[in-house]
Amino acid sequence: MLAVAVVFTVFALAIAYFGGAQQGAVGFRSIEFTIASLVSLVIYLIPLIALVLGFDAIVGERERGSLDLLLSMPITRFELLLGKYLGLAAALAFSTIAGFGLVAVVLSTQLEINALLHYFGFMLSSVLLGMAFLSLAVMVSVFAADRTRASGMAIALWFFFVLVFDLLLLGALVVTGGQYGGEAFPYLLLANPADVFRVLNIFSLEDVRTLYGLATVFPPALAEPWLLGLVMLAWIAAPLAVATWRFRK
Amino acid sequence: MASISPEAADARAEAVVVARQVVKHYGGVRAVDGVDLDIAHGELFGLIGHNGAGKSTLFKMMLGLIPATAGTLRIDGIPVSGGGFRAVRRRIGYLPESVVLYENLTGLETLQFFAQLKGVPVAACPAALERVGLAAAARRRVREYSKGMRQRLGFAQALLGQPKILFLDEPTNGLDPEAIREFYAILRGLRADGVTVVLTSHILAEIQERVDRLAIMAAGKIQAVGSVQALREQMDLPLWIDIRIAPADLDAVRNVLGRLPVGAIEAHDEHVSVRCGRDAKMAVIEALAALDGRVLDLHVREPSLEDVFFGFSD
Repeated sequence: MLAVAVVFTVFALAIAYFGGAQQGAVGFRSIEFTIASLVSLVIYLIPLIALVLGFDAIVGERERGSLDLLLSMPITRFELLLGKYLGLAAALAFSTIAGFGLVAVVLSTQLEINALLHYFGFMLSSVLLGMAFLSLAVMVSVFAADRTRASGMAIALWFFFVLVFDLLLLGALVVTGGQYGGEAFPYLLLANPADVFRVLNIFSLEDVRTLYGLATVFPPALAEPWLLGLVMLAWIAAPLAVATWRFRK
Repeated sequence: MASISPEAADARAEAVVVARQVVKHYGGVRAVDGVDLDIAHGELFGLIGHNGAGKSTLFKMMLGLIPATAGTLRIDGIPVSGGGFRAVRRRIGYLPESVVLYENLTGLETLQFFAQLKGVPVAACPAALERVGLAAAARRRVREYSKGMRQRLGFAQALLGQPKILFLDEPTNGLDPEAIREFYAILRGLRADGVTVVLTSHILAEIQERVDRLAIMAAGKIQAVGSVQALREQMDLPLWIDIRIAPADLDAVRNVLGRLPVGAIEAHDEHVSVRCGRDAKMAVIEALAALDGRVLDLHVREPSLEDVFFGFSD
């Protein structure tokens, strides 16, 4: 997990200082620009790390033969699942906060308080994103018959949510000519924790919102961070609930 | 004088482990096929059978790890499938067949982890390690442990919290003879404290001298239950009478035995073994004793558990 934290630090610093190289400028530009760049990095990396971390949680114990002993303890299956989840979530949250937090310390001298708050919002939402995908991973781990299948399912989830989902949505929009579901489209983004994360970070930044030209498309309700935060929490709770239901059987 | 209610008396009289027509199907496979079993308080009970006989499946059902397809199972009076079983788990110690522990933890950390899951004070852990002879290795990582040490650590885990019932699946796997002796010494101590112990073993010779009763399992069914002695008698297997004589007396001995209902007579120098039925045992011994001191030594060899076991499971 230390390695993960180091990777985050290096990437974040590199993006903050060299992200503008295409435009011919080297050096720290603005927090908005840095966050927008980091978001596109994090949206690939964190779900992948979370899935890799979590797919093994239950099925791995089952396959190694250590699950029976845990189940014989005077704890409920929900407690066991939650304990597994919280342990992994703590590790993931630690490396995320350590990795990006170090950058915040480096940048803190050059930032105003408002920009720092934005950055902390980004860190918090990164942790939530990780926890949502970790929850999905633990669910996979409960359903899968063996580790190989669990890893396959985890990779499939990553492909679906990170690569395919937006394409499908876009495709559907194009095919229908924007006639149907045009208004529902922004809400469909809530069905993907990675998109919730993206919207959460991009919409918290006034400049970026206009920059991307998205402001007109989106209903104002989706620009409410607390609402998006709630959706993210639902994405953490729901897979865990399904996993618990299945694990009890 | 306070009288005991009939329910309380029943609860006290009921065995610790009660299985009634317990069935477990995996798809079309009948892993456990109608098991009835009662294991009494403070009993040291052995469960033997080939691999795939259904022992471990039965064990897992007794612990509530997997649900039974049919039948009822009660431990300490509580159905394993009910919500009240969680409280019973606090009174149970379990050692799985192949104990798998976390490689990166030390022995002490491993025990502390399980102590916390069981709600036992972690201060009890060093004493538990001491009891299984692992005190010196407490701060070494499990990765460096030998198979026997892992087994001891698993046993220490099962002993945490002074359980009233112990389920031990192949507990002496990987232990050397000295460790096996120590292991059974601990079990005898526990039994003296009123702990009920249920264990499985495939080393029949090891278990037969040490359990109070045993059940022989084959093809998902309990084929026989009882003390080793009772099972032998039930099977009515022939036994061996080993004697030592001077080689010159062999013909005289053959002569005497020839008039009795005995089976094979095997002679190797001064050692002679006679196979005979249980009902002929005393007649043979008396006839040999009548040979005026020509028999230097005599030893009755009961059929082994292997003989009993194969008699039932074939």
